[in-house]
Amino acid sequence: MEGKAAINTVQTPEAGIGKRMRKFFISVSDLSAFTLRFVKEAFTPKYEIYEFIKQAYLVGYQSFPLVAITGFIMGLVLTIQSRPTLAQFGAESWLPAMVAVSIVREIGPVITALIFAGKVGSGIGAELASMKVTEQIDAMEVSGANPFKYLVVTRTLATTLMLPVLVVASDGISLFGAYVGCNLKGDVSFKLFFLQVFDKLTFSDVFPATIKTFFFGLAVGLIACYKGYNSNKGTAGVGESANASVVYGSLCIFIIDMIAVQFTSLFN
Amino acid sequence: MGKMVAEIEGLQKSFGDHVVLADISLHLEEGENLVIFGKSGSGKSVLIKCLVGLIVPDGGSITLLGTDITELSVPDLNKLRKKVGFLFQSAALYDSMTVRENLEFPLRDQKELTQAEIDALVLEALTNVGLEDAIDKMPVELSGGMKKRIGLARTLILKPEIILYDEPTTGLDPITAKEISRLILDVQKKYNTAAIIITHDVECARITANRMMVIKDGKCAAEGTFDELAASEDELVNSFFK
Ligand SMILES: Nc1ncnc2c1ncn2[C@@H]1O[C@H](COP(=O)(O)OP(=O)(O)OP(=O)(O)O)[C@@H](O)[C@H]1O
Ligand SMILES: [Mg+2]
Repeated sequence: MEGKAAINTVQTPEAGIGKRMRKFFISVSDLSAFTLRFVKEAFTPKYEIYEFIKQAYLVGYQSFPLVAITGFIMGLVLTIQSRPTLAQFGAESWLPAMVAVSIVREIGPVITALIFAGKVGSGIGAELASMKVTEQIDAMEVSGANPFKYLVVTRTLATTLMLPVLVVASDGISLFGAYVGCNLKGDVSFKLFFLQVFDKLTFSDVFPATIKTFFFGLAVGLIACYKGYNSNKGTAGVGESANASVVYGSLCIFIIDMIAVQFTSLFN
Repeated sequence: MGKMVAEIEGLQKSFGDHVVLADISLHLEEGENLVIFGKSGSGKSVLIKCLVGLIVPDGGSITLLGTDITELSVPDLNKLRKKVGFLFQSAALYDSMTVRENLEFPLRDQKELTQAEIDALVLEALTNVGLEDAIDKMPVELSGGMKKRIGLARTLILKPEIILYDEPTTGLDPITAKEISRLILDVQKKYNTAAIIITHDVECARITANRMMVIKDGKCAAEGTFDELAASEDELVNSFFK
């Protein structure tokens, strides 16, 4: 009965939208339940320490080179691009401080998180989906283990804790890139550059920016695990899960960023 | 009649409108090999997944080792699951782990075991399946038959009282298939385990079965010993033996 009704409703666009809305809300509630389960299982013993450390290492190690290269280029390019505008106002001496603020506040966290979602999110999504498809997750379950704890909790915690570390590293490398950029035209000593940077960079720049990266990491990990763990479309689902992990992970990063900016301006 | 280790009563399961198991009842005695025949898609895998609680049935009762699994809490169910081995159709080896780590996985929360004891258990399980050399290999380096045997070793490591085999010989050449069937028989003899063996391989059934069952349309269509079913006049039953 329901099957027939569904076929009929697809014909009209309004009903199609209704169906999509329903699907959307179902996945939102599923994801919320998944998140709750994550929180619950993350705080109940026993803890999978070794697997967590392994995942944290893998997550950090895998994405560090990529993050480092993009960080350097970002700092360099941003400096080169900003120089002419500042020069017009005769404010070239502001260059280090201005670039530093934009890197630390916004560009560093967001770009690093996006790269992280692309590299780590897709990896987790594909890995868990293929484990699901080949019944490895079922096998863990029937051996009396808790696959949610072993796979989802460790990976999500790893992304949550490692992304901030990567962002801090990337910020540092970006600032070095900016220093190189400043020295392409003009001449600033290393010491003077960083004096100018830290003169303008305040705690209220660094702190909220770091806090939001925890949420970025949490979102990337949770979404990738959710998409992988609930994959059920065979081998085709593996690619789909990897893809969805990146797309929704990235989208979530921007949404969290928007919320974070509202919060920060509220307190400033 | 021996002690009952598993009992299914009026089991039902549908996916949407699609009725997979309509009304299945079966029982398994201690130390007995029960072979289940059924066409592809007849719900054999669903049946044994219901037995270990991987799939929640719509109706009926499942009693494993004297406890009704539908009423168990998750920790109790997990405890019970350690006494039930499950060999997956695809072997389901963890492909990010070596063979050794695969075998150690089910032992992880047995804190009282020392590393030496774990090593001994791993070696014993591998010796049982004749693959001691593969201990440091990754699953991708193994052939299909080796994977099945490692899967069996991983199942055996907890010394289960019941083993559920999902198509242990499918996709293997006749010689390897026969080896696996012999292995199943050896395990039964050595550890006195009860087993449900799902297959459409007549040779495997001939070697392993104490009793057989045929499933059709989500119901039990025939039951008996291998010889009884082989001599059956029933068209469906007959078709498996050709
Ligand atoms: N998770 C699921 N969702 C929807 N339908 C399912 C699911 N699992 C199994 N089915 C359906 O149940 C039926 C029985 O599947 P099952 O895997 O038990 O078959 P089988 O008897 O093991 O076949 P085979 O010999 O090919 O392994 C199939 O028609 C399948 O479409
Ligand atoms: Mg099957």
